[in-house]
Amino acid sequence: MASVASRAALGAEVLGGDVLRVEDLRVWFPLRRTITELVTLRPQRYVKAVDGITFNVKRGEVFCLVGESGCGKTTTGKAILRLVEPTGGTALFKPKSELVEELERKGISLEGDGFVDLFRIPRRKFKPLRRELQIVYQDPYGSLNPRFTIRRILEDPLIIHGIGSRQEREEMVAKMLESVKLTPASDFMDRYPHQLSGGQRQRVAIARAFILNPSLVVADEPVSMLDVSIRAEILELLLSFKERTGTSLIFITHDLAVARYICDRIAVMYLGKIVELGDARAIIERPIHPYTKALVAAIPEPDPTNRTRLREVPIKGEVPSAAAIPSGCRFHPRCVEFDQDHNRLKDMCPVKEPPLEQPMEGEPDRRVACWRYIPWS
Amino acid sequence: MLSGKLLEVEDLKTYFYTLRGIVRAVDGVSFSLRKGEILGIAGESGSGKSTLAWSILGLVPPPGRIVGGSIMIDGMDLTKMGEAELRKRVRWKKVSMVFQGAMNVLTPVYTVGRQIEEVLTIHGRMSRSDARARIYELLESVGLHRSIADRYPHELSGGQKQRVVIAMALSLEPDIVIADEPTTALDVVVQAQILNLLKKLAWEKNLSIILITHDLSVIAELAETVMIMYGGKIAEYGPSDRVFSQPKHPYTQALLRAIPRLRGPIDRLAYIPGTPPDLRNPPTGCRFHPRCPKAFDRCAREEPPLFRVGENHLSACWLNEGEG
Repeated sequence: MASVASRAALGAEVLGGDVLRVEDLRVWFPLRRTITELVTLRPQRYVKAVDGITFNVKRGEVFCLVGESGCGKTTTGKAILRLVEPTGGTALFKPKSELVEELERKGISLEGDGFVDLFRIPRRKFKPLRRELQIVYQDPYGSLNPRFTIRRILEDPLIIHGIGSRQEREEMVAKMLESVKLTPASDFMDRYPHQLSGGQRQRVAIARAFILNPSLVVADEPVSMLDVSIRAEILELLLSFKERTGTSLIFITHDLAVARYICDRIAVMYLGKIVELGDARAIIERPIHPYTKALVAAIPEPDPTNRTRLREVPIKGEVPSAAAIPSGCRFHPRCVEFDQDHNRLKDMCPVKEPPLEQPMEGEPDRRVACWRYIPWS
Repeated sequence: MLSGKLLEVEDLKTYFYTLRGIVRAVDGVSFSLRKGEILGIAGESGSGKSTLAWSILGLVPPPGRIVGGSIMIDGMDLTKMGEAELRKRVRWKKVSMVFQGAMNVLTPVYTVGRQIEEVLTIHGRMSRSDARARIYELLESVGLHRSIADRYPHELSGGQKQRVVIAMALSLEPDIVIADEPTTALDVVVQAQILNLLKKLAWEKNLSIILITHDLSVIAELAETVMIMYGGKIAEYGPSDRVFSQPKHPYTQALLRAIPRLRGPIDRLAYIPGTPPDLRNPPTGCRFHPRCPKAFDRCAREEPPLFRVGENHLSACWLNEGEG
């Protein structure tokens, strides 16, 4: 039986410096104003999909963004790739040294330590960076052009970026197909996406993302539409590319159990904010933020004794709209620990937004945005 | 009819007659369901689990049809019934269904109350004023406020809509509810709440539930009996306590190893190489043999029957011959 080695089994990884530093990223979508709002000059309202998040991704790392639908994890991924325009913040990215010259020729100057702010580059000059930043989407049925053959799907990025002669490209495509185990490659080249299974399509999508040898790949729920039985195979493929090329991955998922197997670090998002950040296994095994605790408690496990009792999930109510974010800590209306510790916290949580800081207990690299666990006086 | 058996499916065959060949989506499936029993049916996409559910309701879409076997409820054979009779006597009253993706089941142009009312007045022959009281009662039984009745589906969250759909399925007090991937489109926190609701309803009303999902963890949360389907056939069937702790079929074993766990040691996550069989032209012998790590000569030649491997526990693998 084939299998995928876990992060832990591979031992300590050689992690380089940062490849990406995101600071105070905000993505707000303006709401259409009603006539009354215009007449009464009321201020513009926004859906605050991502509302000020800061994190870094190390070279060769798998960094996970975890959260429920609507928490802003996909928008974060897209903003880094400039597929949606950020409202504010910076995203410092360190391109490969080969690319530096080309960028400078285009008039994009790098900062002292070789970083470039992705959000300051005009759109028309962004193209060389697309080689470095790629994405694998969730839905392999929607992400591949149904009218292109697999050859064309994989060759297109090479053509667009002017890489190789016709014959060289052909060889690169064949090699790529083999490395995603679509063999023999000649069998798959002239097929169309509809002739492939979901798992095979997702391999094509992965091949397409990696064919330009990018420094950073955003994988947005790459296995959640696939059968459980083949998920591990696709995850293994992603990881093997990462190992071989040193590419960093931003892995977006709602599934903490998957995150535990493949991620180095996790950022848990709630309503546009990171509420907890740190080592993947430590967070899942010892969550500190009340929201992370609820997420962990909610996940079903293949243990049939669970059926004799109700699952207790320590959370109240439902996710509020990102257009009407609660005051103070945005989680406080749903927080059971706020109720438990009400006397101490009643003047904090509903009023003041907690920063993402090192908690009083826990590992040194853990960060939590919760007044119950970070120091304040 | 046997005592305690609410539903008996015997050698059911549902085939799809497509232009490119006959798809044997359900190919000789037998099982029964007791009052109050929760049966979980698991399998990959294309294993025939949803087709099996549609067959029980007589809702197999063309070009599919039931070509053999029987489905007995209350002494009636549903496979022999016409559309009008199924509508009148079976659907909603005996068996109802919670479909996959609740968000798309409700029509956007009517209020939630109006949609539940239709079931009550058309199928239940209730007056509109009686229906109103019953709607409130139903909404409250699934943990919703009665004011939800006057809302439109777009005003509700995914979890609320799924609760409405469950309330609708319960409206005419059926003996059996079939839930096809009831939580797949929902977030984990909401999923846990919906599973708790189904659990509570099953306990309080002694309801029988057929739960169809690809997620074995969801099955473990609810089902006391599990049926693992592969390529239109039953691979393994048994009490969940046994199937999860001592899986007999190599397919079940592989499926369980493929589930990422939240606790315990992180060991190697297995997967099943290859793709599910093409049911127009299934492999000879055991349908799983091309992907099976334990396959031997016989598996490619002869199809294994379901061997008894323990109390109420069956497995269709030659390795289990003579066990139990």
